[in-house]
Amino acid sequence: MGLLTELRDSISRAAATLFSEQDPKRIGIYGPPNAGKTTLANRIARDWTGDAVGPESHIPHETRRARRKENVEIERDGGTVEIDIVDTPGVTTKVDYTEFLEHDMEKDDAVRRSREATEGVAEAMHWLREDVDGVIYVLDSTEDPFTQVNTMLIGIIESQDLPVLILANKIDLEDSSIQRIRNAYPQHETIPLSALEGDNMDEVYDKIAEYFG
Amino acid sequence: MPEVKSPDDDGVQIDMISAERMEGLTSMEKIRIILDGVRDGNIVILEEGLTPDEESRLIEVTMTEISPDEFNGIEIESYPQSGDDEGGFLGRLMGKESTPKKLTVIGPANQIETLHKDETLISALVSRN
Repeated sequence: MGLLTELRDSISRAAATLFSEQDPKRIGIYGPPNAGKTTLANRIARDWTGDAVGPESHIPHETRRARRKENVEIERDGGTVEIDIVDTPGVTTKVDYTEFLEHDMEKDDAVRRSREATEGVAEAMHWLREDVDGVIYVLDSTEDPFTQVNTMLIGIIESQDLPVLILANKIDLEDSSIQRIRNAYPQHETIPLSALEGDNMDEVYDKIAEYFG
Repeated sequence: MPEVKSPDDDGVQIDMISAERMEGLTSMEKIRIILDGVRDGNIVILEEGLTPDEESRLIEVTMTEISPDEFNGIEIESYPQSGDDEGGFLGRLMGKESTPKKLTVIGPANQIETLHKDETLISALVSRN
């Protein structure tokens, strides 16, 4: 009998592992170029896994491939929320290689960077339609949020019924305006933060757990 | 047959496409009409805009067509969705396809520049390349 009980217990434990645990949700970090998406992805990854996701830069389109950091376990209220973070290239409707020349880049490098950037944007759109379960939308709070790309992307996210959390980044800068973002997208909650300085990350993690847990 | 003039070298051609003309076309057919016009240097105005899914595909196809010194991409402007004219979640549940019904202007990125935009006004500067 003891053997049977043990066998039954181990089967039920295996079944629980197989069927009860959900796969981590894939949360895409989206937004326009230079909003601080990779800085945020790195902040989250470093806080909970100790590793970074990718290199950060002030030159637009530094991230030209979607990068996934798997199994990020965020501890909240005595429990854990496990997510995969997908850092995506900044979305735009135009890429002009001559803009990279202003960052002391040779023409060949600028052309290569622009080609990779266009591939990256197309890839990000594909991920959004097919492969993410929720979205963190990062905006630079020093910039006008009322752009067509932001409006279109938030419309695309809403049309897919994906949960979305809007983050007003760069609140450490003087020109930052959180209210401007709240006014532009009143249908969504906006959380202020500085991913670079780590300001208000506790609230960001609370909301990640609430929205995507 | 309606009269068709060749575009003047000094002018900018504007194609105003009615909702009726776009009706019944597939997403890719609509995207092709838009991008073919824009790549010829025209400003394309849609009486009714694209659905969010079509917008997503328009961005994706535009990216694949960008080529240095030839085509830098598009500038696109439409009024923001108010949200309540979409039929909402219930509408989608009932199988109602969301129709944006928003006037949309699309042009070559190097020829159209948005000067001002809010919920009720879009002001853009169009220039000859």
